[in-house]
Amino acid sequence: MAYDYEKSIRPGKLPHIWCPGCGHGIIMKGLIRAMDTCELDRTQTAIVSGIGCASRLPGYLDACTLHTAHGRAAAFATGVKMARPDMNVIVVGGDGDGTAIGGNHFIHACRRNIDLTYIVMNNHIYGMTGGQFSPTTPTGAMASTTPYGNPDPTFDISKLAIGAGATFVARTTAYHATQIDKLIAEGIRHKGMAVIEIIDDCPTTYGRRNKFRSVVDMMKRLKDNAVPVAAASKMSPEQLEGKILTGVLFKEERPEYTATYAEVIKKAQGA
Amino acid sequence: MSRKLIDSGNNAAALAARLAGIDVVAAYPITPQTPLTEKLSDWVASGELDAEYVAVESEHSALGVCIGAAAAGARAFTATSANGLLYMSEQLHWAAGARLPLVMCVVNRGVGAPWSVWNDHQDAMSQRDTGWIQLFCRDHQEIVDTVIKAFRLAEAVHIPVMVNYDGYYLSHTYMPFELPEESEARAFVGPYRYEHALDPDHPENLNSVTLPDPRNDSEGNLRGGYMDIRHNLQQELHRSLDVLEEIDAEFNRTFGRGGAPILDAYRTEDAVVVLVAMGSLAHQLRVVTDRLREEGVAVGVMAVQVYRPFPARQLVEALAGRGQVLVFEKGLSYGHQGALFTDLKSVLYAQPERPKIGGFIVGLGGRVIETETLYQQVREALDEGDDVASRWVGVQL
Repeated sequence: MAYDYEKSIRPGKLPHIWCPGCGHGIIMKGLIRAMDTCELDRTQTAIVSGIGCASRLPGYLDACTLHTAHGRAAAFATGVKMARPDMNVIVVGGDGDGTAIGGNHFIHACRRNIDLTYIVMNNHIYGMTGGQFSPTTPTGAMASTTPYGNPDPTFDISKLAIGAGATFVARTTAYHATQIDKLIAEGIRHKGMAVIEIIDDCPTTYGRRNKFRSVVDMMKRLKDNAVPVAAASKMSPEQLEGKILTGVLFKEERPEYTATYAEVIKKAQGA
Repeated sequence: MSRKLIDSGNNAAALAARLAGIDVVAAYPITPQTPLTEKLSDWVASGELDAEYVAVESEHSALGVCIGAAAAGARAFTATSANGLLYMSEQLHWAAGARLPLVMCVVNRGVGAPWSVWNDHQDAMSQRDTGWIQLFCRDHQEIVDTVIKAFRLAEAVHIPVMVNYDGYYLSHTYMPFELPEESEARAFVGPYRYEHALDPDHPENLNSVTLPDPRNDSEGNLRGGYMDIRHNLQQELHRSLDVLEEIDAEFNRTFGRGGAPILDAYRTEDAVVVLVAMGSLAHQLRVVTDRLREEGVAVGVMAVQVYRPFPARQLVEALAGRGQVLVFEKGLSYGHQGALFTDLKSVLYAQPERPKIGGFIVGLGGRVIETETLYQQVREALDEGDDVASRWVGVQL
C-alpha cells in the first residue's frame, strides 16, 4: 500500500509551487515520514520558514506553521521554542535564506544548542527570485548575478554548523530519499540544535545555466558524488575532492539551551 | 544622439543608472526589483559598465556597502522593494544623517506580513521619515529622466534620493522611451564630487558621537550638536525642491523633457475638482479626467512627483482655491488615514479658504484598481460635495 502522505497535507493546498524536477517535494515527503516515525503530534509541532522556494514547504503541511521574513526563520523559531519548550520546533529553508541573509541567526542558534531541527535544502542558488548566486553556489558556476562564473568561495553548511556549535549535524541528498527521513527523525529526537543539510537540485535556475542536460543528470550528480562517512574515512583527500559526504557527520551531547535557561531561572528564584 | 527604445521599467532604470556613471552597485535580489540589478551585474561582468558590483548577503549589507563606497568617494547605487527596503531602515537613516549622496530605486511593493509581491506604496510610506528625498515616477520615460536627475540632486544637496516606481505596473511592463546619449548624460551628471569623502592625506573622523550642545572640534572650530545637525538636514531638504527645479530646467534645456519636477498638472487650468495621486495611478486618473471633462465636469489631475520633502508651497498654490480635492493613494499611516491625504490636509489648514477634501485608499497589495471604479468614486464624491474622511475602495470581504 502506498504511503499515506495526504493525511499530513493541508486540504486544498496542492498543487505546490515547485518546478518539475525540483527535489523539495522529495524532502517534504521525507519530513512527513520522519514526523510519523517520531509520532509527532501535529498540534504540538511548529514548522517555521523564512523566504524562498524551500520556505513554502510549511504552508503545505498540516501542523502549526509560521512563514516569516527572509532569513529570520531561526530567530522566530528560537522565540517559539523559548515560549513553548515543550513543542517540537522544526525549521526548513534554503541555502540563501539560512546562510546569507539569515546566516547570523543560523550560527547563533547553533551556538546556543537550542532544541531545533533545522533542515537546510541546499540547492546552491536563489531559486525563487530567478537564480542569483548564494553562499553555496560552487566557485566558477553560472548564476544570474554571476553570468561569467562565480568568483566567490563557498560555505560548507555542515562544517559551519559544527563549527558554530550544533550538536547534531547530518547530510544527505535529495536522491537518497530513504536516508532523508531517517536523518530528520534522528535530528528530531536529538536534544539540541540538529542541522540536516540536504543537497538538492534546481533544474530551472541552476541546472539550465550549468550545463545539466536534464533533471536525471542532476540527480545522477547527487547519486554519483555521495560518499557515506564510513567509506570516506578510508579515502584520501584527493579521492574526496568534489564528493558529498553523507550520513551523521557530528553528534555530541551538550546541555540544551531551554533546559539551561530554565535552570538559571530556577536558581535566580532561589528554588 | 538620443535613441528610442521599447523596454521594461526595470531595464529603463538600469540603463539610466549606467548612463549616470555609477562606480559601485551593491544589491540583493527581491521581487520585483531583481531584474534591474541583474542587468547591472551583467554589464559589470561583461565590461560594458566600468563599475564594481558587490553581490551581498542581505539588503542591510547592500546599503551598508553603498554607504561605505559613497564615503570613500564613489558614486553608489542600489535598488530594492518592500521588506528589503525595511531591512535597510537603519542604514536609510544613516545614509541621510551622514549626508551621503546615494541614489536608490525602490520598486514599490506591498509589505509583509502577510506576504504580497504585488504593488502598493506602503514600503516607501513606511520609510518617509528617514531623511531621504522621495521621488515618484509615472512611466518609463520618467524613470530614466528621474534616475539621471536624482544623481545630480543627491550630489548637489548631499542627501540620498529614493526613486520610486510601481512594481509590475512599471517594472515589468514594456513602454517606449527615449534614452539620452551616454556622453550627454555623463556631461549632465558630471564627475562625482563629494568634498567630505575619506582622504588618507586629510584624515577625518566621520559621524562620531555628538553631544546635545555644540562643541569645538580638534582644531578649535565650533561644531553643531545633534540638534543643529538635524536642523541643517531639514533646511537642506526644504532647499532641495528649488535645487531640483534648477536641475530639471537644465535637463529640459539639454534633453527637451521636463518642466514639472515637483507637481505635474493635467487639465487643471480651470479645474474646480483636482484628483491627486503619486506614481502610475496619476496617469490612470487622466482617463477618468477625460471622461468627466466630456461630461462637462471641470476636473484635472495633479501628480505629486516629490513626496519628501513635502512640496507644501507648491501644493497650496496649486490647490488652495479649488472646490474639491480628491486624494487617491496606495499607502497609509496605520490607525489613521492615507499618508499623502493627511500631509495635504496639514498644508491646507492655514489657508483662509480651503477646498473640500477627500481621501481614498486603493490598490493595496495589488488589488486591481479599475478605472471605472475610480470614476464612480469621483462621481460619488462630486455628488456629495463634501469632505470624505478616508474611504477604502475595493475592499471585498
